[in-house]
Amino acid sequence: MRLTAVETLGLRTVSLVAHLGRIAHFIGQIALDSVRPPFRFQRLVGEVFDVGVLSLAIICLSGATVGAVLGLQGYTTLSRFGATNSLGAVVGLSLVRELGPVLTALLVTGRAGSAMAAEIASMVTTEQLDGLRMMSIDPVDFIVKPKALAMLLVMPMLNALFICLGLFGGYVVGVELLGLDGGTYISSMENAITWSDDVAGTLLKSMIFGALVGFIATYRGYTAEPTSAGVSAATTGTVVVGSVTVLLFDYVITALWGV
Amino acid sequence: MSEPSAANLGGRNQPKPSAVSAEFRILLEDVHLTLGGRAICRGLSCGFPRGKITVLMGGSGSGKSTLLRLVAGLIRPDRGRILVAGQDVTRLSERDLYKVRERIGMLFQHGALLDSMTIFDNVALPLREHTKLSERDIGAEVSRRLVAVGLPDTEALLPRQLSGGMLRRAALARAIVSDPEIVLCDEPFSGLDPINVRRIEKLLVGLNASLGITMVVTSHHIPSSLRMADQIAFLIDGEAVCGTPEALLSSADKRVREFLEAEHAADVENAGAVS
Repeated sequence: MRLTAVETLGLRTVSLVAHLGRIAHFIGQIALDSVRPPFRFQRLVGEVFDVGVLSLAIICLSGATVGAVLGLQGYTTLSRFGATNSLGAVVGLSLVRELGPVLTALLVTGRAGSAMAAEIASMVTTEQLDGLRMMSIDPVDFIVKPKALAMLLVMPMLNALFICLGLFGGYVVGVELLGLDGGTYISSMENAITWSDDVAGTLLKSMIFGALVGFIATYRGYTAEPTSAGVSAATTGTVVVGSVTVLLFDYVITALWGV
Repeated sequence: MSEPSAANLGGRNQPKPSAVSAEFRILLEDVHLTLGGRAICRGLSCGFPRGKITVLMGGSGSGKSTLLRLVAGLIRPDRGRILVAGQDVTRLSERDLYKVRERIGMLFQHGALLDSMTIFDNVALPLREHTKLSERDIGAEVSRRLVAVGLPDTEALLPRQLSGGMLRRAALARAIVSDPEIVLCDEPFSGLDPINVRRIEKLLVGLNASLGITMVVTSHHIPSSLRMADQIAFLIDGEAVCGTPEALLSSADKRVREFLEAEHAADVENAGAVS
């Protein structure tokens, strides 16, 4: 019985190490393929369209709504302290430092990340990746790399768009609906947000989130079981693991670098 | 009629195939493979002759498709050697396997065409990736192959817009577009109507005759298999019994005879029901 427990522990440890090895190999392969030809620009552009352009509606709508809610909540809270002139700063800092990158990453994980995982997993199921291998084409280079890179490139852009729409939503609620002075709203925001700290920080955060979501979605799809349940598990796993990883890394990045 | 395997190779109680390797484009020696706790190959040895059509037969789950994947290097055996065009694919790295696979075309059971690309782009893909041909030359070559498989007007279509038989033929066009020395076909006849079965059978036989391609075909379809095969490798209990179609039909092995007779009876029954 004792031996069985030791054997089980050993088996799980070996399995964990093997799994970590596969993850490291997969990341290394994407990184290596990204810096050596062929660069596959055409496929990258296609993926940027799929991840970015097709996410525009959800990002714009969510950004504007979140900004509007921040405007309402911020105004109510600030009015208790007679500090409604700081609404622009509150909305701006909240969006730029935290809500923009995190919510964008969560939304993109749900929309584009899950679609990416499902697409690759269904290619596994229908032997399309094996078909590529039989044509001596590396599926990581041909399929995975453009998708992961697209996620890395698009996430900061969508984050910027989310923030802009959020600021606009906050402006509409604070200035147009609640009667704050427009100039005060804008100048409060301008004074509070710094380029080197806040804006650079939000772009860095969203790039890290893009890399994480891109890796998780492609890895889950690539290693999916070749069954319909495997496709489903890859999709669900991407959303769950991707979302939790984004939130965990958000804390780590904020704690380490203060952005 | 000769006894199965007697003339050539491969099955149980046969001499080691390495002694006759020059004759074979693909050679499996003492291959063992267990998947999910089930032994698929138990010391399987057989060879597929150069420039001939070998049909792999056997019951469901006997390991026909797995054997093709072993030959293609898509999975590795637990033990044993698999020589493809003189190279042991069980010992090659993935990168080196790509070089061997440039000499192999594979027709997957469901085509495995990339569903986001048109038929033209699918067939053109190996040429774009591995040759320096101009787009014009690639276009001409792709059109020629699509005409050869009887799909001249499908270039702009997506795979989902084709029927099962057309999909299989488009996949065959992709498999042969690089002029491979070896073509592996996984169940090319499954789920097809008799006309399409005949059509694909003719295509395979024609390719073999005109280009001298070594072909390995897995199939349950007895009439087609008997018509087209130069050799049949019958998989039973993780081993192979090889021989000419005539030899297998009069085989002393009860299991081989029972399988062929049962399938043949089912084919006759089906034909009766259709008529």
